Amino acid sequence: MSTAKNINITLKIWRQKNAKTKGGIETYKLDNVSTASSFLEMLDQLNEQLVSERKEPVAFDHDCREGICGMCSLYINGRAHGPETGTTTCQLHMRKFNDGDTIYIEPWRSKAFPVIKDLVVDRSSFDRIQQAGGFVSVNTSGNTIDANSIPVPKVDADKAFEAAACIGCGACVASCKNGSAMLFVGAKVSQYALLPQGQVEATQRVLNMVRQMDEEGFGNCTNTGACEIECPKGISLENIARMNREYLKASVK
Amino acid sequence: MKLDSRIPEGPLKDKWTNHKNHLKLVAPNNRPKIDVIVVGTGLAGASAAASLGEMGYNVKAFCFQDSPRRAHSIAAQGGINAAKNYQNDGDSIYRLFYDTIKGGDYRAREANVHRLAEVSGNIIDQCVAQGVPFAREYGGMLDNRSFGGVQVQRTFYAAGQTGQQLLLGAYSALSRQIGLGRVKMYNRHEMLDLVKVDGKARGIIARNLVTGEIERHSAHAVVIASGGYGNVYFLSTNAMGSNVTASWKIHKQGAAFANPCYVQIHPTCIPVHGTNQSKLTLMSESLRNSGRIWVPKKKEDAEAIRAGKLKPTQIAEEDRDYYLERRYPAFGNLVPRDVASRAAKERCDAGYGIEANDTNEGVYLDFSSEIKSKGKEVAYAQGNHNPSEEEIITLGKKWLEEKYGNLFEMYEKITDENPYETPMKIYPAVHYTMGGVWVDYNLQSTIPGCFVAGEANFSDHGANRLGASALMQGLADGYFVLPYTVSNYLADEIRTGKISTDAPEFLEAEKNVKDSINMFLNNNGTKTVDHFHKRLGHVMWNKVGMARNEQGLKEAIEEIGQIRDEFYKDVYVPGSADEMNPELEKALRVADFLELGQLMAMDALQRKESCGGHFREEYQDAEGETLRDDENMSFVGAWEYKGQDTTKAVLHKEDLKYEFIKIAARNYK
Repeated sequence: MSTAKNINITLKIWRQKNAKTKGGIETYKLDNVSTASSFLEMLDQLNEQLVSERKEPVAFDHDCREGICGMCSLYINGRAHGPETGTTTCQLHMRKFNDGDTIYIEPWRSKAFPVIKDLVVDRSSFDRIQQAGGFVSVNTSGNTIDANSIPVPKVDADKAFEAAACIGCGACVASCKNGSAMLFVGAKVSQYALLPQGQVEATQRVLNMVRQMDEEGFGNCTNTGACEIECPKGISLENIARMNREYLKASVK
Repeated sequence: MKLDSRIPEGPLKDKWTNHKNHLKLVAPNNRPKIDVIVVGTGLAGASAAASLGEMGYNVKAFCFQDSPRRAHSIAAQGGINAAKNYQNDGDSIYRLFYDTIKGGDYRAREANVHRLAEVSGNIIDQCVAQGVPFAREYGGMLDNRSFGGVQVQRTFYAAGQTGQQLLLGAYSALSRQIGLGRVKMYNRHEMLDLVKVDGKARGIIARNLVTGEIERHSAHAVVIASGGYGNVYFLSTNAMGSNVTASWKIHKQGAAFANPCYVQIHPTCIPVHGTNQSKLTLMSESLRNSGRIWVPKKKEDAEAIRAGKLKPTQIAEEDRDYYLERRYPAFGNLVPRDVASRAAKERCDAGYGIEANDTNEGVYLDFSSEIKSKGKEVAYAQGNHNPSEEEIITLGKKWLEEKYGNLFEMYEKITDENPYETPMKIYPAVHYTMGGVWVDYNLQSTIPGCFVAGEANFSDHGANRLGASALMQGLADGYFVLPYTVSNYLADEIRTGKISTDAPEFLEAEKNVKDSINMFLNNNGTKTVDHFHKRLGHVMWNKVGMARNEQGLKEAIEEIGQIRDEFYKDVYVPGSADEMNPELEKALRVADFLELGQLMAMDALQRKESCGGHFREEYQDAEGETLRDDENMSFVGAWEYKGQDTTKAVLHKEDLKYEFIKIAARNYK
């Protein structure tokens, strides 16, 4: 864009060879970063520089770079996905930083998300929670009933969609002082709780997902609300409340 | 190499039903004795793995991402087509079939496309049953919208995140099977070779991207669903990890690669901002329902805009050239993607582009008319029959926000401009690849036991892909085609027994993979992988891009060969083989892109006509529209691999026969 300019920055980045070795912060200087670049493009530029100096590039997770796949993570200056709210790291742009800034970059911190290398963590615990019950048990037969035979009120469909819009990036866990995954799990439970499909297994679903969540080592929710604030997709705390209601209902059955 | 399309006999509308009725079955008690590998977990791969697991086969699924939920299908925005005719506007299976064949510029197979249209309705039913929250009307019924290239409203959607919701639906089905133990999931794994035993696909060599370990996995059949190859251009709308490796490896093992030159250039992407750019971002085609595309009528206005002296909102209505509405009155802003992309290029080449970058490439996508008309509609609906201008605009913006809010937000984050106040700037970019591995009607490649689904195969879109049809094909292949056709193949495998990974074929394939990894790590060159990838992308975009000509293609073939030679001599890959090493991953993928890119140019050179996404400048009419050569060019171009130097590849032709529809010039006027 025409308003873009180049800035010089200092980066303080967490480097860790693998899950078994101790990590530490390394300092890098990076010049001529276009403010039109995304944060990840800035890291690409750093890595080009490191490789050309025959140093090992910084490993970080990224893929779609459109804010939808949920692969990117990064704790930037002490906040999940950086200073801007409602944004994934890949959609954060360098125009949000100033010439001469020092930027701290760290991986997600949570017992349930062990570090794999540098800034890359293992989030497969989220997959296991979903495998425990985050689905409607319907076979792919091609003989399902016509989609319009069960009307869904628009308000419910919209709310279910808002919950389903979770990208599973883990920012909620990373920014929670308890390392709780309840925003993620609450969103998934809510999506199905709000729709007529899959109601018959609602009880089992919430019990199984919550059990798995606990087994994975995630902490509990103490209603601090950091997860909602840092969620790049604006997933609401309402979903945690709905999950708690579903869980209570299921527990007394 | 013989190409047998195995299209069933009989009337078009009965082909699939009859075929299914005669395919062989595997009894439920025999299915647990059979192993199937699925590579890729996007819409096609996740739905295939889930369906095959549900049937009772032992399935191993592989993806390079950290979770199957991150496959790039998740980024599709606009919607999925289905011939439900819920809107009572004349839609039918035949119409969806016809629009898709015509949209593909008569370069797809009739039978495959008709099957796609037939199962489209089932896909919606299936997804709704899975709890996919599609958009609803106030009465509780599913909502629909319109997409480019069609005149009915058959597109189902979930805001601007349809791909996400469909993928999460398929991922939930896959998760269920993983939970039940029927599918074993291998995250952060990349397939690096196909293993054949006695000519049949019997397994793969994969690299664990966390530990670097090279693993052997055997199976009775292998399904490749690894997506498209748009990243050969470096800049594209594809996710950064999207690559051609799985498809290319089976091509090297004998699978024909068809129509590689058919690449869809999507008309509504955010223009390139600078040299450090890593990828391009799409703005959903659905925006064309509400946005009007224009450039200034006067060159001096375009120049003033580029110089920052004039704002688009200052250009009077009569000084705007709504070039799509002008040239294609019947479809207007909703012409198919290839037509819209070329029209944008034509205006920018003529000097009317509005973006202040080094190429001046960009046109406006303007929502001001829609804000006014929808705002008025909403005011009336609320009982306000005399709304002020201000009220109208507020309501109109609110309406837009509800429909496209996430897209507008995304645009603002990337460009720092507010699209509610000023028109979006857009320009075409590489998006989807219609070409891919050649498959027969059963989606089997020329290697027995190796099936290919979704964007990775060539089958349904011809020379161009209509909007909202990729999601449809991915799920059709995975949920409703492969379960039948793979079973048909596996019916002969129930007595085979476990395939040993100690067979010499596995050992040899593993050795080759290790050798090529070591070669890169010991190369001791001076330049980064991205350096070569960007150079390749530059040649591809300039000479094998939106428009191609004989001379440019010949130059491209030459230049890509040189880049490839230099790559092997001078690439530097840091790190080691036994750890997470993203640079090594990239090097292995770029090696494949360097062969594919050259083949794309070869394919474009031999296709002496213009059709769909392939525009050869030598073949156009007086008005600049594409000129097909149905007499000589109505075939699928399928290439046989003959070594790393792809100029040696051999072309085979599958003639396309149109028995049920009449080929006509593709006219959107």
